Amino acid sequence: MRPDLEIIQQWIQPGHHVLDLGCGDGTLLDYLQRERGASGFGLEINPDHITTCMGRGVAVIEQNIDTQGLGNFDDGSFDTVLMTQALQAVRRPDKVLDEMLRVGREGIVTFPNFAHWRLRWGLALSGRMPESEALPYKWYNTPNIRLCTFKDFEALCRQKGIRIKSRRVVDGQHQNSWLARLWPNLLGEIAIYRITRENEQ
Amino acid sequence: MPDSLPADSVGIVSPQIYHFDSPIDLACGQALDSYDLVVETYGELNADASNAVLICHALSGHHHAAGYHAMDERKPGWWDSCIGPGKPIDTNRFFVVSLNNLGGCHGSTGPSSTNPATGKPYGPDFPVITVGDWVKSQALLADRLGIQCWAAVVGGSLGGMQALQWSLDYPDRLKHSVVIASTPRLTAQNIAFNEVARQAITSDREFHGGRYYDFDVVPRRGLMLARMVGHITYLSDASMGEKFGRELRDQAYKFGYDAEFQVESYLRYQGERFSETFDANTYLLMTRALDYFDPAYDYGGDLSRALTGTQCEFLVLSFSTDWRFNPARSEEMVNAMIAARRKVSYSEIDAPWGHDAFLIPTPRYTDVFTAYMDRVAREVGA
Repeated sequence: MRPDLEIIQQWIQPGHHVLDLGCGDGTLLDYLQRERGASGFGLEINPDHITTCMGRGVAVIEQNIDTQGLGNFDDGSFDTVLMTQALQAVRRPDKVLDEMLRVGREGIVTFPNFAHWRLRWGLALSGRMPESEALPYKWYNTPNIRLCTFKDFEALCRQKGIRIKSRRVVDGQHQNSWLARLWPNLLGEIAIYRITRENEQ
Repeated sequence: MPDSLPADSVGIVSPQIYHFDSPIDLACGQALDSYDLVVETYGELNADASNAVLICHALSGHHHAAGYHAMDERKPGWWDSCIGPGKPIDTNRFFVVSLNNLGGCHGSTGPSSTNPATGKPYGPDFPVITVGDWVKSQALLADRLGIQCWAAVVGGSLGGMQALQWSLDYPDRLKHSVVIASTPRLTAQNIAFNEVARQAITSDREFHGGRYYDFDVVPRRGLMLARMVGHITYLSDASMGEKFGRELRDQAYKFGYDAEFQVESYLRYQGERFSETFDANTYLLMTRALDYFDPAYDYGGDLSRALTGTQCEFLVLSFSTDWRFNPARSEEMVNAMIAARRKVSYSEIDAPWGHDAFLIPTPRYTDVFTAYMDRVAREVGA
């Protein structure tokens, strides 16, 4: 099992109702349904991914978070709202975070860290936009338009009154190394954040 | 005459008549004491009768959904693109049932059938039928066929309304409801188009208050106009433009009012053909059934409340250029399902053909539909 799924699934209880923003081919939801008895929906815009979801029995709704928002979901209608590797691809990550914690009691977010040492090193040495396993695109064709660092994200959370319940830092293969835990903003490639509103338990 | 049929066709099929002797109570307060339903089936029902799929037809409904009645039949059934071996509704795996609805004019009891009380055609005395009535008659047909629970009830347009109504009226008798290019209720604009169609029919001097059978005539012009109006709403501006543009039948304008543009002669041809095969009273009845459909009506307009009793999973599909029942109507339905915590999948298929896109194979549509039905088949062990 992918280590990030292993980490995320620990935070999902049996029967939890889950919304997965940018659910891709439905791997995570499928896993949570089968292994954790969760229910819920995935939102996706890639036609091939939608087809794959439908074929594996994941409830998927074609919906663009950027243009359509989450207005069709009621306040507090999900236990957990997931967004893995999509925060950096939306136009207003700050608003998406607000919406996530409006429709869900809790959010789980993962994104690539733009302050990882290899990216810093690459930019410093070559003077060109860095590429990595977590960011395998050219500057002109990348879907990632709002890159940030772990520090940036945590600052935004503080500003918005979002409480970080847990943070697990992993590398590009989603392995959890002790070094990355020690200096996350330098050595961590991807973080898995579990967030909630300040006043939520 | 072709020597062989396409490999992915269900082949030569023949309809069967099922006669029902027990009265069926209808939403309008009347009842039919006895009636016939004409049915076609494709594929084999498995031992535990778990692989049955019901196909609900659209406005100009027919039981002939797939395959050919004879080797020299010009066109296959109306949904042949989606029903057959290896197609989205795979007849190697599913037992597919398609019927002509009550009130129809292709063999099932309808306005042109003989009223046993008078020995003459029912005509305008035939009761107004609703989508709920159709679903009730389909449930009785399922009983007769030994099908307790459909693997899926599938329909496009008016057929999608029946698929939705099934989930509400018989929640434990279907596993999946597939609602394609449909709507939870007609808009004022939709009803307006239906009214134009009905006015075209009822104002035809051959209509005779619906008793045209007694005069041995048919309100052909009215039916033709009704179909022409309908037909325009089923296509998109772009698809009509692509098909006909402003192409003339001859080289130059004639400065008269005959069919000069290709699109005019196409519509006239379609209308005329339709008026030769379709019953005017049935057209009135079916458009009325469309108008009345509104499952949220009994719940103060709250569709999600209506849906709380459903148990099946839903697949909703819409088409980007469908302006008759546009994607927003499907999204309304999907949002109500989400609010009711139903399991629903939704996709808006980008296709240029307008409302009729649900009958036309496009790769994205075929892929999504196939993937979903494949999963339904696996679930029931088909």
